[in-house]
Amino acid sequence: MGLAKRIIPCLDVDNGRVVKGVQFIDIRDAGNPVEVAKRYDEQGADEITFLDITASSDNRDTLLHVVEAVARQVFIPLTVGGGVREVTDVRRLLNAGADKVAINTAAVFNPDLVAKAAQHFGSQCIVAAIDAKQVSPLRWEIFTHGGRKPTGLDAIEWASKMVALGAGEILLTSMDRDGTRDGFDLALTRAISEAVTVPVIASGGVGLLQHLADGVTLGKADAVLAASIFHFGDYTVGDAKRYMAAQGITVRL
Amino acid sequence: MKKVAIIDYGMSNLHSVNRALEYVAGNDWQVVVTSDAQVVEQADKIVFPGQGASGECMRLLKAQGLDAAILKTIHQRPFLGICLGLQTLLTHSEENGGTQGFDIIQGTVKRFVQPLRDNQNHTLKVPHMGWNQVFQACDHPLWRNIPDGSRFYFVHSYHAQPDDPQYIAATTPYGHNFTSAIAFDHVLAVQFHPEKSQRSGLTLLKNFLDF
Repeated sequence: MGLAKRIIPCLDVDNGRVVKGVQFIDIRDAGNPVEVAKRYDEQGADEITFLDITASSDNRDTLLHVVEAVARQVFIPLTVGGGVREVTDVRRLLNAGADKVAINTAAVFNPDLVAKAAQHFGSQCIVAAIDAKQVSPLRWEIFTHGGRKPTGLDAIEWASKMVALGAGEILLTSMDRDGTRDGFDLALTRAISEAVTVPVIASGGVGLLQHLADGVTLGKADAVLAASIFHFGDYTVGDAKRYMAAQGITVRL
Repeated sequence: MKKVAIIDYGMSNLHSVNRALEYVAGNDWQVVVTSDAQVVEQADKIVFPGQGASGECMRLLKAQGLDAAILKTIHQRPFLGICLGLQTLLTHSEENGGTQGFDIIQGTVKRFVQPLRDNQNHTLKVPHMGWNQVFQACDHPLWRNIPDGSRFYFVHSYHAQPDDPQYIAATTPYGHNFTSAIAFDHVLAVQFHPEKSQRSGLTLLKNFLDF
């Protein structure tokens, strides 16, 4: 038995509502984040991740209220990301009730932010969020701005650098697969997971329960993240766990 | 109304512990987060959650006189250490090039040594992060209504090794069986995070308030 592989429902939050788009367009409303988080907690989610996709910084405080409301009622780890640019942003999210904060684009332009945040708050609460896209066979690069802007940075080297700077976990999203329901980029997931010592969360592309199982067995991920298969009632978190357990994967049932 | 004090030494994210204790406290307990040594000394029960590095933790506790408050009260009333709050109870930690602890329980705190493998020869990551099983090593009120082998949420790279196994209240397998809970008189300490361990964690916190 031992350590369980984690299943993490992800809530993309825009202006205080859970939304889910297909490759960042066609955004569908998926409910009130507090109610959705409570439902996933009851279904046995191992953690919950909130990604703030609110375009306007004026509306960012909305997410803080959401995190506060969820943290009062849900006693599993909460990760929050999106729009984190400075150490004070990390502090505000932790104070609101986040247990971990995911740093994404800002790390590309200012890697020192990851180091500073890890020194201040501890590696255990700093997640490096990496959006990667395949550029040639067995080479993936970091992209920013929702997958639109290339940086030329090699994803595997970047992941190792994030860990060296103090990130305690990697949230790895394949921009090729995100929203497609075609399954994780397993080669990318495996390459990163084998390159770093810290846990890796696979993200982007889940459409079937088998994709979650593959992320663990073939992608060597420590945790798997999914949004739409849970949001629209296709499957519950419990369904996913029983499916994975039947394939011999250790989960918390 | 009785008072449970959560020790705030300035480095740790205490919101989760505070919220979880308030959730189970009902009307009998007032939960206070404090860095005031006097408030700690006057509380009926003490919770010491720790995060981050042990060297910095001990330095900050000393700077605020909280180390003396812990030593003064720990043998008198119920005390719950969480994560680093367990590790600092031991004599010495390998972290930060060697850090002296409170020496309430003799032993050392060691880092998980990589490469670490499970019994199927899979490589294990450090930090040990996620839900793992807690196997109860003794019958204790802390475990009331918690089935043996229940899963709790862990995040840590170091683990405690008490010299005397009689203090071990639970073990957890990660490469080898490490000490995941300690019990000694009124002193209880857990390596995992009950405040993040859903129903099992809330039950444990309630058990501590009832202890």
